[in-house]
Amino acid sequence: MDGITPQLIGLQLFTGLALGAVYVLLAVGLSLIFGMLTVVNFAHGAFFMVGAYAGYALYRIVPNFWLCLVLVPVVVGLFGMLVERTLVRPLYGRGVDYPLLLTFGLAYVMIETVRIVFGKQGMPVDAPALLEGSANILVGKFPLYRLFVIGVTVALLIGLWLFIEKTSFGLIVRAGARDPQIVRILGIDVGRVWLIVFGLGTGVAGLAGFLAAPVQGISPEMGGSVLTVAFVVTVVGGMGSLVGAVVAGILIGIVESMAVLFVPEAAKVSMFVIMVLVLLVRPQGLFGRAGLMN
Amino acid sequence: MTYLALLAGAACIACASAPCAAAGMPPAPIRIGLPVPLTGPYGAEAQDQVRNATLAVREFNDSGGLDGRKAELLVRDDRLNPAEAATRALELIDKDHVHFIVGSLSAATQLAVNNVIRQRKVPYISISQSDAINEAADFSRYTFHESLNPHMTAQAVGRYVFRKGMRVAFLTADYAYGQEMTRGFTRVAREVGAQVVGEIRHPLGAVDYSPFLPRLMAMHPDVLVFNNFGRDNQISIKQAAEFGMKDDMKFVVPVLTYTSRVAAGARVYDGVVGGSGYYWGIESTTPSARVLNERYRRAYDGGLPSDYGSMAYSAVKSLLMAVKAAGSSDAEKVVDALANERYDTYKGMQFYRACDHQSVQSVLVIQSKAAPPGSRDLFTVLHVAPASTGALRSCAELGHKLPH
Repeated sequence: MDGITPQLIGLQLFTGLALGAVYVLLAVGLSLIFGMLTVVNFAHGAFFMVGAYAGYALYRIVPNFWLCLVLVPVVVGLFGMLVERTLVRPLYGRGVDYPLLLTFGLAYVMIETVRIVFGKQGMPVDAPALLEGSANILVGKFPLYRLFVIGVTVALLIGLWLFIEKTSFGLIVRAGARDPQIVRILGIDVGRVWLIVFGLGTGVAGLAGFLAAPVQGISPEMGGSVLTVAFVVTVVGGMGSLVGAVVAGILIGIVESMAVLFVPEAAKVSMFVIMVLVLLVRPQGLFGRAGLMN
Repeated sequence: MTYLALLAGAACIACASAPCAAAGMPPAPIRIGLPVPLTGPYGAEAQDQVRNATLAVREFNDSGGLDGRKAELLVRDDRLNPAEAATRALELIDKDHVHFIVGSLSAATQLAVNNVIRQRKVPYISISQSDAINEAADFSRYTFHESLNPHMTAQAVGRYVFRKGMRVAFLTADYAYGQEMTRGFTRVAREVGAQVVGEIRHPLGAVDYSPFLPRLMAMHPDVLVFNNFGRDNQISIKQAAEFGMKDDMKFVVPVLTYTSRVAAGARVYDGVVGGSGYYWGIESTTPSARVLNERYRRAYDGGLPSDYGSMAYSAVKSLLMAVKAAGSSDAEKVVDALANERYDTYKGMQFYRACDHQSVQSVLVIQSKAAPPGSRDLFTVLHVAPASTGALRSCAELGHKLPH
């Protein structure tokens, strides 16, 4: 193949990393929710979209990108908690199918509501002036904004890791993922834990949407394609494993990007090929625990 | 029911197909169907097509019509769906008894309507930018094509931008429109002696173009042509600019529409060069444009006709001119009149080429410029490629054996 220089490969790798960052954010939320609540959140893509629109609406009231960056995940997380308390909570104990169907329908409702309020047409969104333009990163020119997204993802992952590994609440989350019954017997209000985890997961999805908006604009349907990727990444990494979500997200982002260089027609399919290969060898995903559904 | 009522009824039926001033009834209107995608992503463009078509009809009626016969526009929504477009066309012909059809914006819907009118022998002027309708397989005596096609746009823009020895790269949307455009530009590049250094195809509707951009950069082109449309075009240009690519190469698009420029904003399209069928700014050099702009301003609160909208004006106006020349609304007579017509409706002289009824017309090469918010002065007209059959694919290439 002509013209493949180390610089091109380096730049393409970095592009994959930026792609992977958004995938990681989405998969982390999805994995948390499934790991803790055993809820397959089909509305996760819709929360991503709501985050983008929340940012757009919030910016009109508070025209400060940095403030919105902090507020959007909180707003979406609160909305997620409301959903958990009123819609998902009554379905606990009835098996995996009920919450799945609920979140599936919820996604449609959220998308239609956004269409009604904001219109069916999408709109472009601008990055803040500070983050416009490109930076020279040895291998070539790369958009400053995408570097920023990688940075925010890393910061968020560090924060999440600290939260889960170093705080007592994080300890409960880990224990609850391992064995919810024991945690309840120990007198801990598992319900409150689930509420917060659902809020956390959806809040991170909303953040991902807010970050993605200046890159690709916003549209009511923007959650559809990312949902597929989020599921593939979560399955490859292992449902319930945060390390898995991170590793798989980066892996799939890079593979998709490199595939465009060498086998462009197969680029969009590459993630499914990986999923099939991983599931054949390790059905629980790279870092997942076997028997999670029992 | 009295005998008189029955007689009046019979007279009405007789009148429906012929002017009957003798019976003391108003002459039957000349009905023109207009199926356009009012619902969907091209709703804004379609609305402007309706406004422009209405303007043309009003002009005709205000000047007396055809010996007192007025024209009537029947607007229908095809929802950007070929099946619906075909249904609307059938309804217009069978139920509403239209004499002619003008429409519709999208390439797929125009072919669906064309199939209907060919069977029913109803003259049809298409206002959709696509190559397909010119091909022999889709052609019929009653089929006319007012708009530009991708080949013409590629010729005009390509000839203006490409120079011998220039390195040209393409980012192509992987479907008919993108592929047709890339084919058109590649042809011009070869003729001019420019070098095509590569092409990258992306799926239609892609939202992230970053995987494609490093490879395009590695080709070191002088010119990057974005052969995609609408939101794809806006997003891909924006992302390419974010990678700093505008510093190293010229951004060119086949069609630079008013709506895209407004949607994406000045910064994204700054310096981008593209083709267009019409821009109101040519009124300084083209009298008929000034006339259209003036009429539009007066009718629509100071507004201005868009590129897509003005096509509809031209189609309806040239149609009604042919009706006047033929002296009737009879399909066969009007088709003959259209085929021989030379008309200057809004941007200079145009005529329909014999073999495929493609309207031979000028093509503008425009460049986006920064403008204060609310201003309509969004483009600089760099060049006007004059009307010429040389800009079209040859009749033989399209599969036509003899001129019709």
